[in-house]
Amino acid sequence: MGETTHRITSPVMGTFYRAASPDDPPFVEEGQKVDASEVVCLIESMKVFTELRAGHAGTVKRILVENEEAVMKNQDLIEIEIG
Amino acid sequence: MLTKVLIANRGEIALRILRACREMGIATVAVYSDADARTPAVALADEAVHIGPPLSRKSYLNTERILEAAKETAVDAVHPGYGFLSENAAFARACEKAGLTFIGPSPEAIAMAGDKSTARKTLAELGVPVIPGSKGVVSSAEEAVAAAEAVGYPVIVKASGGGGGRGMRIARNAAELASVFSVASAEAGAAFGNAAVYLEKYIQRPRHIEIQILADAHGHVIHLGERECSIQQRYQKLIEESPSPLVDADLRDRMGRTAVRVARAIGYVNAGTMEFLVDADRNYYFMEVNARVQVEHPVTEMVTGVDIVAEQIRIASGQALSIRQEDVRLTGWSLECRINAADPDQDFMPSPGEVDTLILPGGPWVRVDTALVPGCFVPPFYDSLVAKLVVWAPDRPAAIRRMARALSEFRIDGIAVTIPFHQRVVEDPEFRRGDYDTHFLKRFLQSGS
Repeated sequence: MGETTHRITSPVMGTFYRAASPDDPPFVEEGQKVDASEVVCLIESMKVFTELRAGHAGTVKRILVENEEAVMKNQDLIEIEIG
Repeated sequence: MLTKVLIANRGEIALRILRACREMGIATVAVYSDADARTPAVALADEAVHIGPPLSRKSYLNTERILEAAKETAVDAVHPGYGFLSENAAFARACEKAGLTFIGPSPEAIAMAGDKSTARKTLAELGVPVIPGSKGVVSSAEEAVAAAEAVGYPVIVKASGGGGGRGMRIARNAAELASVFSVASAEAGAAFGNAAVYLEKYIQRPRHIEIQILADAHGHVIHLGERECSIQQRYQKLIEESPSPLVDADLRDRMGRTAVRVARAIGYVNAGTMEFLVDADRNYYFMEVNARVQVEHPVTEMVTGVDIVAEQIRIASGQALSIRQEDVRLTGWSLECRINAADPDQDFMPSPGEVDTLILPGGPWVRVDTALVPGCFVPPFYDSLVAKLVVWAPDRPAAIRRMARALSEFRIDGIAVTIPFHQRVVEDPEFRRGDYDTHFLKRFLQSGS
């Protein structure tokens, strides 16, 4: 197919969240189709929440981090298969 | 007097409470998450109890675990500091139930302070000034104009269902109001699915000024003057001062009396803060009660000589206030800069990480409240406040010069901090004139200073 993979990385050291709150369903699951503007996860750092978007239309290939896991700046979080 | 206090907090405020306890001969218990095992409060406390993983929800907000720690260590009281469980009525009640003294107001007073719109309405009925506006929703342009005539122009039309500036429009006269009414209503409908709007008097050049009060269980309620907190960004205060450049003796007296009246009306006991919005004509309007010790309490301590945390502990012990209203004097001027682990060159992006070199400023009348030590790690799990730099001087110009001097000595390497930003603000002519309002930082940042 010739797809390329887009890696979403964390802009800051913080905590990775797959859902808007513990009571909400995850933003995305592996295998799910996403639009470029779709929010795929949240990073919390020092009580500031940053929404991360898919960036490219495609399919969520792999979610590399567990919910509520601590992440480093520039760490890979989610892979999107473009197309 | 209380004999052993558990400090249900972290960072600089845990240390601040610990220091007050030690000076009063009270034993201390620190609690800490995995992220805070090697912090000064944990090292200095008489005992320390691990309460869980870094996430606040699992540690500093974990009521059960904290109450367990209190039981294990046989304390007689809990000091909640600010943030976390400090304004949680259920936690205050749980402490009471467990036979512990909660060092703060009663659960009922916390609940009342927390229900902001009801509190404002109740207090307005008692004659406390609040921002005048329409009694409720206005459903037509004609109704809006009638309401505006009553409160006086300019007015602001606000969405009943929302916030964040959407559905908000300012009108300076009846013609403008008629046209903005439909726009605001449509915008509110689109943004919040609720087209209902109400109307308030628009406060031009608003200042955020708050009054510190102390109330004991014997019916004594006093105020310690004001704190000017208008230097803020996205509702986060960055610089505070006491006194306020705007407030004269007459306004201080009137606002102070109002604050005391609010405290009495809600049966408030312990230290608390009444927040007001003040316009350029020195009209003041009650906003809300902060039912806790505040981050910026040191500026009040510096000009009054009153140790607010020690008073909190005395009040909670059932003792009378150590000072009467007629003995409260505001002497000189105090400023506080909040040093945050945030990058002022990148829209204040949080900057957790390891601190390398650390040089704290010193010299006469310079106070640094911080839990930082060289080589420490600033975790990403909590608030970005890492230090409070507080100075005192006989007058405002001297206090500003002292702050600039202290900022120039302050060095925190390894993480981005707001020190350079504060250095620019204290040089700003508008700031130096003291003629600023809550929009100051927006203008300052836009002008690229």
